[in-house]
Amino acid sequence: MTAADVQATVPPRRRPSRTLRVGLVLVGLHLGIALLTLVWLPYDPTGTAGTRLEAPSWLHPAGTDRLGRDMLSQIMIGSRIALIVGTGAVLMGAAIGVTLGVLAAFATRFLDDVLAAALDILIAFPTLLLAMLVVAASERPSLGTATLALGIAISAIVARLSRILVKRVLRQDYVTAARTSGSSWPGIVFRHVLPNIWPTLSVNFALQFGLAVIAEASLSYLGLGPPPPNASWGRLLQEAQGTVFVAPFGAIAPGIALVTLVIGMNLLADGLRARNDPTQR
Amino acid sequence: MILGVSLLIATLVLFALLRLLPGDPTAALVGVGADPEQIEAARRQVGSDLSLPQQFAKFAGDLARLDLGDSYVSRRPVAGEIAERLTVTLPLTFISFVLAILIALPLGIMAAVWRDRWYGAVISVISQLGIAIPVFWIGILLVTVFAVHLRIFPSGGFPLDGWRDSAQAVRTMTLPVATIAIIMSASLLRYVRSATLDVLDSDFLRTARAMGSGFAEALVRHGLRNGAVPVISILGIELATTFLGAVVVERVFSLPGLGSMLLLGIEQRDFPTVQGVLFVSTLLVLGIGFAADLAQRAIDPRLRERRRGAP
Repeated sequence: MTAADVQATVPPRRRPSRTLRVGLVLVGLHLGIALLTLVWLPYDPTGTAGTRLEAPSWLHPAGTDRLGRDMLSQIMIGSRIALIVGTGAVLMGAAIGVTLGVLAAFATRFLDDVLAAALDILIAFPTLLLAMLVVAASERPSLGTATLALGIAISAIVARLSRILVKRVLRQDYVTAARTSGSSWPGIVFRHVLPNIWPTLSVNFALQFGLAVIAEASLSYLGLGPPPPNASWGRLLQEAQGTVFVAPFGAIAPGIALVTLVIGMNLLADGLRARNDPTQR
Repeated sequence: MILGVSLLIATLVLFALLRLLPGDPTAALVGVGADPEQIEAARRQVGSDLSLPQQFAKFAGDLARLDLGDSYVSRRPVAGEIAERLTVTLPLTFISFVLAILIALPLGIMAAVWRDRWYGAVISVISQLGIAIPVFWIGILLVTVFAVHLRIFPSGGFPLDGWRDSAQAVRTMTLPVATIAIIMSASLLRYVRSATLDVLDSDFLRTARAMGSGFAEALVRHGLRNGAVPVISILGIELATTFLGAVVVERVFSLPGLGSMLLLGIEQRDFPTVQGVLFVSTLLVLGIGFAADLAQRAIDPRLRERRRGAP
């Protein structure tokens, strides 16, 4: 390999791609709104702010709901709830999932096989169904149970992925080298395994975040999400469906809010993947 | 063999999950203020007085005989109600599935072949949008347009006579099927596109072209078979997800399917119902995975070789 070849294989540090930038803007927008709701809201989201089922106007850009509450204020609160549940679920899924994945990769052949089979079956069930069962297992739905439920569902997916990734790293020569030069297994995990699986995992975390936001909305739509006054987008849409014949505009704005956040997360994931792996299209 | 082990593990997982449900399952059987004797009798009837291993043996034995027990609420056999509700959920799932494939296959291949043209990009953007939209929002939007504004289709429900009232049944199923097909084809499209891209870059396609076959011919003869293998495993997962995810769509359109049965069972803490629906779903999901496996082996001889232990 000549010097020029080496030069060609090392990509120069690039500006973030357009995909990554759009993703960051969309997610940043929701983060900004969520932070804003802590200090300011157009109206009290739980109080009557106008007449019932008003169409969108300058006073109420997203209209009012069947109790005359301002929709925009509730949708803004929805950003906060989606981000809290998404972050909590992904953090939990990451903590449990990566730990399980690493342990499985180090476990005896038999234990590893059993765990892999159990994970395969858990994953055959969609996130939403697992989450429904966990919510059912709790006394009554709350912000905490929704997060817990999605976190458990995500941890199965993360565990399966990290188990495969860890095994791949453990087969590398540099791990053998580290082992023969006296590194302990925990040392190898933190110095070699985790940094090497992080790029792939972080992409997956962004994707899981988007899926968690959709799943939380679905749970709320089914009546298994955080109870009122938590204005989850799913519940707003469910209430809007009830009045769709008199006020069809109600189902538009919460859906747009939800979709922009999920697209933002997906673009973020795509952008990160392209950044980590230049051979990917 | 693998199917059997999977089934055993699935039964164990199911059993464990159901024991996690809080509250005494007998609470639904006896009324408020029942005396200890009545509660004890109910426990015996349900079998929650046995030890866990004994409970599991009984549980697995009943399932093996396809005896899913009686609902605590309606007192009717769960298996019968599941069979009844499958007549809604199975057609809903499979028609949407076929429709989604018919949409995603040509569009996905087009998006890959014409990735540098604007319509290739448009298809990709639409599919990107499709995977970010929750299925119930599509459903509500379709209701808004086709039931509220145009008044072509009903906003939900299912005829009491079921499929015997076929004209009405088809009318009520149209929007739910469209909802699932839209969401499903969007995510399928992405996989078809990337599988096609892999094929387009492959050496075998270049060789086929060099040996004089036309682009379309090479794509059909060599591309389809090679591209199909990864897509089939995705198809299996998608089908299972749709089947299990029907719970949301059934709620949107108030369809009396398996999903709404599960939701009702959860809300009413009706143990046998939840357990029965989950067991039948698990069977179907495992069966779908198995079928996808067989299909892949039929298409790709290399997978058959690997199984016999060849390198």
